[in-house]
Amino acid sequence: MSEKVLMKGNEAIAEAAIRSGCRYYLGYPITPQTEVAAYMAKRMPKIGGTFLQAESEISAVNMVYGVASTGKRCMTSSSSPGISLKCEGLSYLAACDLPSVIVNVQRGGPGLGGIQPSQSDYFQATKGSGHGDFRMIVLAPSSVQEMADLTSLAFDLADKHRMPSMILADGTIGQMMEPVELAEDMHETKYEKPWACTGTQLKREHNIINSLILKPEILEQLNLERYEKYKIVEREETRFEEFMMDDAEICIVAFGIASRVAKSAIMEARKQGVKVGLIRPITLWPFPEAPIRAAADRVKSFISVELSMGQLIYDVRLASQCKKPVHLCNRVGGMITSPDYVLNKIMEVNGLGGAL
Amino acid sequence: MVVFQKPHGLTDVPLHYCPGCTHGIIHRLVAEAMDELDIEGRTVGVASVGCSVMSYDYFNCDMVQAAHGRAPAVATGIKRALPDNIVFTYQGDGDLAAIGTAETVHSAARGENITIIFVNNAIYGMTGGQMAPTSLPGQVTQTSPYGRDVKTAGYPVKVCELLSNLDGPTYLERVSVDSPKAIKNAKRAILKAFRNQVEGKGFSLVEVLSTCPTNWGMTPVEALEWCRENMLPYYPLGVYKDKFADEEAAK
Repeated sequence: MSEKVLMKGNEAIAEAAIRSGCRYYLGYPITPQTEVAAYMAKRMPKIGGTFLQAESEISAVNMVYGVASTGKRCMTSSSSPGISLKCEGLSYLAACDLPSVIVNVQRGGPGLGGIQPSQSDYFQATKGSGHGDFRMIVLAPSSVQEMADLTSLAFDLADKHRMPSMILADGTIGQMMEPVELAEDMHETKYEKPWACTGTQLKREHNIINSLILKPEILEQLNLERYEKYKIVEREETRFEEFMMDDAEICIVAFGIASRVAKSAIMEARKQGVKVGLIRPITLWPFPEAPIRAAADRVKSFISVELSMGQLIYDVRLASQCKKPVHLCNRVGGMITSPDYVLNKIMEVNGLGGAL
Repeated sequence: MVVFQKPHGLTDVPLHYCPGCTHGIIHRLVAEAMDELDIEGRTVGVASVGCSVMSYDYFNCDMVQAAHGRAPAVATGIKRALPDNIVFTYQGDGDLAAIGTAETVHSAARGENITIIFVNNAIYGMTGGQMAPTSLPGQVTQTSPYGRDVKTAGYPVKVCELLSNLDGPTYLERVSVDSPKAIKNAKRAILKAFRNQVEGKGFSLVEVLSTCPTNWGMTPVEALEWCRENMLPYYPLGVYKDKFADEEAAK
């Protein structure tokens, strides 16, 4: 049974997590994601779940590490500065192959930055969420509905591939209200977890969750095996949306709130006769390289529309193998690109006709 | 008739500890507590970072290795997920009283129903003998080569005293393992700290004064003497908090 309700993006994440079987939420307050914690604080005690406000983001992510070690579904959420603190824990979660869901409702940075929306944690989420070689599945919702759907997906992918997954949202989608349809039970697949630490009952060898590997040849092997798993994730889990790409001569690449603004600009540009389309990565890792690579043979140029100082643009250049010029259209520090701002960039790039 | 044997709670993996190190004794006491309370099958231990990091190989129960200082947070997560299981952490002084101070204080303040075995040997052993939060005033270490100067390096952290000011903890006791008599007493305390959890009484921490002959630069016997002469006066043994003492005395 589905019902359509009006919800804030942050609340949609929380409710979807609960309906996906998450009964453990460990968090620490920070704007603009605090509604996730507030929602969990209200709901968890009513359904026999655990809400715990930790003393820090570091502690919260390590509580997640503890719950995840028992094989139970668990989640923590934060915003940019808090995610920096969680990065130590993310490295350990990845190193121990522990399924877990981490939400980042991004705000402007660096440092304490501001509390307005941003996408400037793209590098952090997709390239370096801690020390060592590892990946997280990174999902980028662009609507309140996707906040719910991708949260549910994040739990499934984390369990399926035994790795942490992140929802990389932003302050706009976190704070805005939209109608959202939620299935009663979003927890479809149950996964066996023989590796979990739940007590041996004196019936099996002890399970050990550990990332200390002192023998370099073994540590190398484990890294190689983990990257074999990542290849499977790249093959099976890459998700993206194409919008008006059939005849496009200019391809915008944008995710999250920036992709919605881009769509408005595309509609306007089309009215003025400019053939422009959008490739919207839904998974930021694995990154949808194939459609961008394919587009590079058809379009004249790319525009990376992002709320950061040119982070997504690197992946667009790599995926398009620099076959066509990639232009940057961005606002930062909590400022958001307006449709007109993007439209101007489209017109400017169109005037160049594929030149740099 | 079996007079003496290895507790079931310990695996057959040879310990890596230096000769004369008291970790082996303390490991045994933890394993004996698991045996005597018959809880090994439902216990999940949390190893920390320091000399005892590889305790995950030595305890026969399920084991989770935690990031430096985060063991009480990890234990909190495990215990909340498995309230009927027994969860303990095994931490050294650098892990528990320096980098993990916040996790220690707040797990105690929350009164988490977990057991913490805190091994205090006044030095960072694994990294080769640096000043610890519990190094004594004047103590020479690799990073206090002229002796710990309290004017610049501050004073040692007395963990039991510090935590005893909180309402959260149930049981705090400091013991040592410098003699057979002391070991017997330490065993009683560790057993009690586990029994408290079995009975749902809440947060229990046993601080065990330990030695580090290698990094103190002493023979094992000298190290035990140094512990008695220097650590015991600074870190008085005894019960710092026992919420259920009256109730238990009445039994």
